[in-house]
Amino acid sequence: MNEVDALVTEASSVESGYQMSVPAGGGQVDVHAAKIKVFKRQDWVFHKITLLFALIVLAGLFGILISLAIEAMPALRAFGFSFFSANVWSVPDDEFGARIAIYGTVVTSIIALLIAVPVSFGIALFLTETCPVWLRRPLGTAIELLAGVPSIIYGIWGLFIFAPLFAEYIQPPLQSTFGDLPIVGGLFSGPPIGVGILAAGIVLSLMVIPFIASVMRDVFETVPPVLKESAYGVGCTTWEVVWNIVLPYTRVGVIGGIMLGLGRALGETMAVTFVIGNANRITGSLFSPGNSIASVLANEFGEADPGLHFSSLFALGLVLFVITFVVLALSRWLIHRGTAKQGR
Amino acid sequence: MDIYSRRILINRLGIGLSMIAMAFGLAALMWILWTLFSKGFAALSWDFFTQDTPAPGSEGGGLRNAIVGSSLIIGVTTLVSTPIGILAGIYLAEFGSTSKFAAATRFVTDIMLSAPSIVIGLFVYALMVATLGGFSGWAGSVALSLIAIPVVVRTTENMLRLVPSSLREAAFAIGAPRWRVSISITLRAVKAGVVTGVLLAIARVTGETAPLLFTALNNQFFSADMSQPMGNLPVVIFQFAMSPYDNWISLAWGGALLIALLVLSINIGARFMFRSKDKV
Amino acid sequence: MSHEDVHPAEDIALKIRNLDFYYGNFKGLNNVNLDIARHRVTAFIGPSGCGKSTLLRTFNRMYDLYPGQRAEGEILFNGKNLLDRKQDVNLVRAKIGMVFQKPTPFPMTIYENIAFGVRLYENLSGSEMNDRVEWALRKAALWDEVKSKLQQSGLSLSGGQQQRLCIARAVAVKPEIVLLDEPTSALDPISTAKVEELIDELKSEYTIAIVTHNMQQAARISDFTAFMYLGDLVEFGVTDQVFIKPEKKQTEDYITGRFG
Repeated sequence: MNEVDALVTEASSVESGYQMSVPAGGGQVDVHAAKIKVFKRQDWVFHKITLLFALIVLAGLFGILISLAIEAMPALRAFGFSFFSANVWSVPDDEFGARIAIYGTVVTSIIALLIAVPVSFGIALFLTETCPVWLRRPLGTAIELLAGVPSIIYGIWGLFIFAPLFAEYIQPPLQSTFGDLPIVGGLFSGPPIGVGILAAGIVLSLMVIPFIASVMRDVFETVPPVLKESAYGVGCTTWEVVWNIVLPYTRVGVIGGIMLGLGRALGETMAVTFVIGNANRITGSLFSPGNSIASVLANEFGEADPGLHFSSLFALGLVLFVITFVVLALSRWLIHRGTAKQGR
Repeated sequence: MDIYSRRILINRLGIGLSMIAMAFGLAALMWILWTLFSKGFAALSWDFFTQDTPAPGSEGGGLRNAIVGSSLIIGVTTLVSTPIGILAGIYLAEFGSTSKFAAATRFVTDIMLSAPSIVIGLFVYALMVATLGGFSGWAGSVALSLIAIPVVVRTTENMLRLVPSSLREAAFAIGAPRWRVSISITLRAVKAGVVTGVLLAIARVTGETAPLLFTALNNQFFSADMSQPMGNLPVVIFQFAMSPYDNWISLAWGGALLIALLVLSINIGARFMFRSKDKV
Repeated sequence: MSHEDVHPAEDIALKIRNLDFYYGNFKGLNNVNLDIARHRVTAFIGPSGCGKSTLLRTFNRMYDLYPGQRAEGEILFNGKNLLDRKQDVNLVRAKIGMVFQKPTPFPMTIYENIAFGVRLYENLSGSEMNDRVEWALRKAALWDEVKSKLQQSGLSLSGGQQQRLCIARAVAVKPEIVLLDEPTSALDPISTAKVEELIDELKSEYTIAIVTHNMQQAARISDFTAFMYLGDLVEFGVTDQVFIKPEKKQTEDYITGRFG
């Protein structure tokens, strides 16, 4: 390999090319020169057209931010900063605050991650280290396909199948085990009716497992085989290799994958709306029904009359968008850092 | 216990737990699919495809209006998002290696890939429904396009970047202008990959419910007029599943099965397509 | 003519003067001066990283594709400096064709692979185009092997056939000069022999500049040989001279295998 190849593969594509050259001088009159002017014009048009479409994509994001902010203005003006902290959501009184919905969103997402992260780690570990080679591809594909199952399917399954079984077989034992303990006991109080914050968190976890597991598997596969082999070479067990070599090496990417799952969980509408119970209050128990930002929007937006209610829903949307934006931006940054490391 | 047996034990424990995790994941997902199939197939019938959605509490009926509505909305979405996504992807791959604008666009598309879809519904409501005087199929298509475009942009760009620099150089070396190199050589070389991206985008929007709630809304009658509220599968499923009527709930299961089968077969088709990419 | 002209008796196709090349801050070529004779084969040899490919890629301004790479000096082609910013790169590349190390068939049929480049600059009728495609494929000694499957993908050919297809593609647009960047390094010995034979036939009509790792190949097919080392043109002359009686110690060391 010579120096050109090395640099060429490194050097990314093009900026110079055409803008630096102007139409060829008059001296050379032949078939070629006649076409050059046409090419120049076509290339100019081509550049501008593709640029325009890229601009449309970029404008989309700012459009969302700006339009949400405009529509949210009346509510934010009326309630001020207390909109974000007020523990009230009452249509009859025209009093609105975001705390209930933010609480529901954050708590369901935390429950989802508490379940999904260890399970996804196990799946990724199994797929990269212990799975028989012939099974790797089908199982990996199955996980990826499941990431594509529409969330409404998880929702409808959660409502009709999971919630009743959950109320009958899981909530009572949970209550009898933890219900009397100090501090955590309150989390499991109240009637076991199935739908509620905990059920929503569990259904949500099933939905994000495929996302987190496939990112984890991808970053685990960036670990250079040499590194693992040298660890096996000094007598490490599979678990020790994964825990002491693979995980530290891919730490950044793994966290990025978790953040990606978190971003998905925070903004998920359908898987949550079916099973969260849709009640605008915070009781402190995980068994009780609640509401997340997305479920409030899905349930109330269609019937909201223009005015404070309407505007408050937009304000909720803005809050959700900003939170997920930050989480996703962080996740992207971490995943990029995580996969860039493999080159070193 | 000596150190060695302790280490072996921990290893067995860890590996065992990972297998349980895999089994748990697969079992949960199998359970979901199994329920979907058993409940969904029970609802499928000739009427399911030929009758429109029934009135509350009445028997019979089907999802014809919703199936047609969804097909129209998704068809328009595909027609809108494919050219925009591919051209923007070409820009990022061909002109976008150094500019800050391209970096910003790339960042935004990555975020939009996972942005909450219900917020996109809100945006399109404010943009089109509130200003143009009502819910419409068009608004639904615009909302879904905003979700599909980032998928197409990113796969197109990633595919184009996989083209070996030697092929691009070879095309430039016979004096081809930049646009010909892009369209006739590099884009063509990754045709299968780009089509895969479009298919994945279609699969992604097929089951999207949240953005349609505030845009296409719903329509219990058959309508092929994109400027009116339009029935569509996801919203009908949502509405029917939350209802107290057994007949509606059964139809919701049938609709859910239909959507799941569509999405899975598009996904599998996309994979198949991508694997056979060597053919020109 | 200045004293720098190495072979004043020959008709000169490319005249390179005081050529420097930079990859960002790294200097890839130092003050290269040489003439490339028309309708002759000029070979560039030297160890990896010596700048021979870099030099070849300045002749058709391929480096223009990459920001941060730049050339200074003069490369005179038909009395004009190729490196002049006003010089159109498409025009240069239509006149100076290039074949790469690895075969690079376009993702289209064999026929279209040839016709693509021709169509860019010429409006030929269907039968004229058929004639041109056949002509180019014959030039590349590929016609007999592919005439029955012109509508198949260019990617369906073997590696050696693909490389000859690329040569046919370069020849089809009727360039004056053909640049070959290690054209046989990815080929088996039989395909290599065919390509070498082809180069020998092509030189009656085209000026050929070839970069090669293989010294036997340079000795077999070239009329002139340039030996490069660390970005410098160390020695340039008639091939037999360079191989039998090199003037510089470095050249002798390289061709006798003492380093490289």
